[in-house]
Amino acid sequence: MKIRFRQAAPWALIGGLAAVTVAAFGYVGGWLAPHRLTPQSLVDTLQDNAGLHPGYRRNHAKGVCVAGWFEGNGAASAYSTAAVFARGRTPVVGRFAIPGGNPYAPDGSVPIRSMALRFNPPDGEQWRTGMNAMPVFPVSTPQAFYEQALAGRPDPATGKPDPARLAAFFAAHPETAAFRAWAKHAKPSASYVTERYDSINAFYVVDAQGHRRAVRWAMVPLAADGRPGPAGDPDYLARDLDQRLARGPQRWTLRLTFAASNDPVDDAARVWPADRPAVDAGTLVIERMQAQDSGACRDVNYDPTVLPAGIEPSADPLLAARSAAYADSYLRRTAEEAHLPGSARPTAEATR
Amino acid sequence: MNTPTTFHPIARLLHWTMATMIVAMLFIGAGMVATVSQKHGWLLAIHKPLGIAILLLAIARLALRLRHRPPPLPADLPLWQRLAALASHWLLYALMLALPLLGWGMLSAGGYPVMLGDALRLPAILPENAALFAWLREAHRYLAWLLFLTFVAHMSAGLYHGLIRRDGVLASMLPSRRGKAPMATGD
Repeated sequence: MKIRFRQAAPWALIGGLAAVTVAAFGYVGGWLAPHRLTPQSLVDTLQDNAGLHPGYRRNHAKGVCVAGWFEGNGAASAYSTAAVFARGRTPVVGRFAIPGGNPYAPDGSVPIRSMALRFNPPDGEQWRTGMNAMPVFPVSTPQAFYEQALAGRPDPATGKPDPARLAAFFAAHPETAAFRAWAKHAKPSASYVTERYDSINAFYVVDAQGHRRAVRWAMVPLAADGRPGPAGDPDYLARDLDQRLARGPQRWTLRLTFAASNDPVDDAARVWPADRPAVDAGTLVIERMQAQDSGACRDVNYDPTVLPAGIEPSADPLLAARSAAYADSYLRRTAEEAHLPGSARPTAEATR
Repeated sequence: MNTPTTFHPIARLLHWTMATMIVAMLFIGAGMVATVSQKHGWLLAIHKPLGIAILLLAIARLALRLRHRPPPLPADLPLWQRLAALASHWLLYALMLALPLLGWGMLSAGGYPVMLGDALRLPAILPENAALFAWLREAHRYLAWLLFLTFVAHMSAGLYHGLIRRDGVLASMLPSRRGKAPMATGD
């Protein structure tokens, strides 16, 4: 008996160590922790809500590519060492879109538009930002965003979210109050060009002395003819943009707004008072538009944590979640584009 | 020259240093793609410079391995175990070189700046191409799994030699006992 134990003990030790190592790896990788919120489960939920559209983004699926440049005026260089803020032009590859995972959604179905930009300064660093035409985010945490997506799942019978489930979600999440107050009066606009796009999340700008200041930024439109979108036309936004660009480049002012010492920096569901100091860093000039399935923005992941030296992410938990979830969405659609084994293929009802 | 009974001291130092780094790297990689928490950002920030460090050390180690023959395996080791040892060692070398290069290449193909810190940026080694990104990204994932499984097999085999066969194979890679093998600095 004793001898047998002595013989078995080393084998048990080796097997046990291997098993513990594999289990630890499984836990860290999420396979043995099914209740943890992962980028995959978050994106799965968005995909379930909107239906699978291979090759498209899992959120903000409907949009257009644009290109132009940013003309820095030097005013923000006192607050950040980022090269884009210096006087001069930085090329920009951008994208306008509407929220949601359905690339065929009518433009009037949501009152929110988005602007994503990739600044490409010549030094090889990048600044990527995804902004939304709304002043505040509904929720503060990835978990709450996930629950909101679950509550917003379309009812198969009506094709629309169940109002009772949404109401229950909002009741359980009082932090959504500021967003709901805004959304009550928000109307789908007739143009991407007349919208103001907010960073929503806060960041830090860092000056040459290493001094960090919390900021939110916004692209403030120079076009002032904002009006609600026309009824009965599902695709007016791209047409409007095309017509406006035919008349000339479209412009926005990049405005950095500084937090006061007691403003919430890590909570995108809370607005800062309107009287906070701001600096206009320069002008965004958009002069060209391309279809999103062939334009330069198609293969860009507008991960808001890709930042140049001189700009740093805040501890807002949504920023980390956006980075993780965008990476997963990016892998899905590029895998579909590349026809990787196991990736989704276009369902192509037409070819059936 | 006598047949060595242990690995070169620098090879042993590199082995244990890299073992720590690679195991940490595998867990960091698995963890960072499976969380939406704040850990995502800081794990990613460790993953990239650590990967390049592993690449550089792997090149150094491969050079050392090609110049200094390792101690022979015990003569009574069955052929299949001999072959398995040989194959797994070269697989480990191949993967510790391939994975950092794949990571670097996939970031390049994805159009990301390859940042090793706030200011240190590596050049792109491939053109921006989304399809290429997707292939490299998935290769990075599956080869990382293969590296993990090879590591578990390698660790188990090492313990089998040390605890069950007690044939000196594990000892040949263990840190030398005090005063026994002074640290060499080259040939």
